[in-house]
Amino acid sequence: MQPKGKLQLSFIITYIIIALVLFAFAGAFTLFGVYAERKVSAFMQDRLGPTEVGKFGSLQTLADMLKLIQKEFITPAAADKVLFIMAPCIIFVAVYLGFAAMPWGPGLVPVSLNIGLFYVFAIISIETLGILMAGWGSNNKYSLLGAMRSVSQIISYEIPAGFAIIAVVMITQTLDLQQIAAQQGILSTVTTKFLGYWDVSHIGGILSWNIFRAPHLIIAFVIYFIASLAEANRAPFDIPEAESELVAGFHTEYTGMGFAFVFLAEYAMMFLVSMVAVMLFLGAWNTPFPNFGSFALANYTTGLAWGIVWVTSKTLLLVFAQMWIRWTLPRFRIDQLMNLCWKVLTPLAFACMLISGVWRLLLM
Amino acid sequence: MLGGVLNGLTTAAKGLALTIKHFFASNKQRVVESVKSDNYFEQQNGHGTNTIQYPSQQLPVPEVGRYQLDVEIDDCIVCDLCAKICPVDCITIDSIKATELIGLTSDGSPKRIHAATFDIDMAKCMYCGLCTIVCPTECIVMTNEYDVSVPSIDLLNYQFSDMSAEFAEEKRKALAAQQAEKEAAKLAAMKKKEEGE
Repeated sequence: MQPKGKLQLSFIITYIIIALVLFAFAGAFTLFGVYAERKVSAFMQDRLGPTEVGKFGSLQTLADMLKLIQKEFITPAAADKVLFIMAPCIIFVAVYLGFAAMPWGPGLVPVSLNIGLFYVFAIISIETLGILMAGWGSNNKYSLLGAMRSVSQIISYEIPAGFAIIAVVMITQTLDLQQIAAQQGILSTVTTKFLGYWDVSHIGGILSWNIFRAPHLIIAFVIYFIASLAEANRAPFDIPEAESELVAGFHTEYTGMGFAFVFLAEYAMMFLVSMVAVMLFLGAWNTPFPNFGSFALANYTTGLAWGIVWVTSKTLLLVFAQMWIRWTLPRFRIDQLMNLCWKVLTPLAFACMLISGVWRLLLM
Repeated sequence: MLGGVLNGLTTAAKGLALTIKHFFASNKQRVVESVKSDNYFEQQNGHGTNTIQYPSQQLPVPEVGRYQLDVEIDDCIVCDLCAKICPVDCITIDSIKATELIGLTSDGSPKRIHAATFDIDMAKCMYCGLCTIVCPTECIVMTNEYDVSVPSIDLLNYQFSDMSAEFAEEKRKALAAQQAEKEAAKLAAMKKKEEGE
């Protein structure tokens, strides 16, 4: 509890400012993300993408946003009005709240929670509810089909993703994202061993990242990454939107700001799941450069500003990987999707968790 | 099972390698060359973008392209063949017989008919080129002009006649007067003949 009076006011104001900054970040990232997606897809297909609005088409998404804001928000006559209007808000807020617990640098986290990871994973699941509300509320067969697919997909893929995360948590022994982050670099308070043998607590860099802490965590990372694609409804798991069969899936009926919010949530979700992957596996805000004896690269490149740089650049790299995969692999059929989840990823994730337990007991 | 997973991973890796290769391929502007150039098909084989940025870059077309119709009205003898052959009736000609020889076309054909109207509705035209084949004086031709974006569809109705309405009216009156004169002369001649019998 905060003391009453002036301090409480400043506390509230600080949190409102932080919330606004995160909101602005989500918006700015969406603008950038849509532009990047269009350029990446264009270059991969030997096209040029947007070129006319601004230098290299850089203002294209801003112009699109302005257009969206001016558009009318149409509620279909047959729609369930309350669900239809609430759904985009819930979808966006679920993703947006996820950012609250994500650390950006040493000591820099909007809300320091000792169950941060659990919170993020739980709040992301709420998005499913919003998608189902959107699909049901639209009263449109495509929307409903898309929503049903999305729900079945997200609930299924939460299992391998969850167990891959548990495999990490068993090694790190904490759910606090800030502590998980700190363990993967030179600021670690516990001994970090490269593949379980070589103590790299003071060397840091890429060697102390979680994916190298135990070899099976590389597999856990791949499982989490694949599952995160499904959770963000990204290709090749984009069957909830499946343009060629379902028009636009659960957001078929949305126009104007409703559509803008769904879009905002989609891109914010891309960033959020990538950021979770960075936190858990790719060294969070830690530098990829290790210390080489007196040449202490890791010491030079660790700090608050560096932390923000590393988190953002690693996350953007993963976002690029998501785009790269989207413009390469074709969409899964629903049975293939479920096969992959239940017959391949889930057993593998269980195995990772088991190995984590044994690893913890025998090697740490 | 394991084989399937491995197969999936290797094929995915192949696809990803292909797309990343294209991602880093040159994105410099396409060199705009005519289809006649030896390099034309070669440059489509993974040398970066294939996009022609249309208004600023234009693919050269042959000078004898078969796009928009054009009429050299001074060479037209208003024979109406083009309007008759046109499968979609996009050519409208309103002719006035001249009272005397108007002149000669550039190939020496005598011009005896005025074209009060010579309209081609390019919105209807199907670019078959039949009109250019039947034209005896080769005054109707297809050109290499193909960009015909217009703000209103009326603007696609090209008017080639250079006669003003007054001039056409004058010519019509002259023709009517001449015809009346001829009719009168004919009547007079017939009368004379009857009287003579």
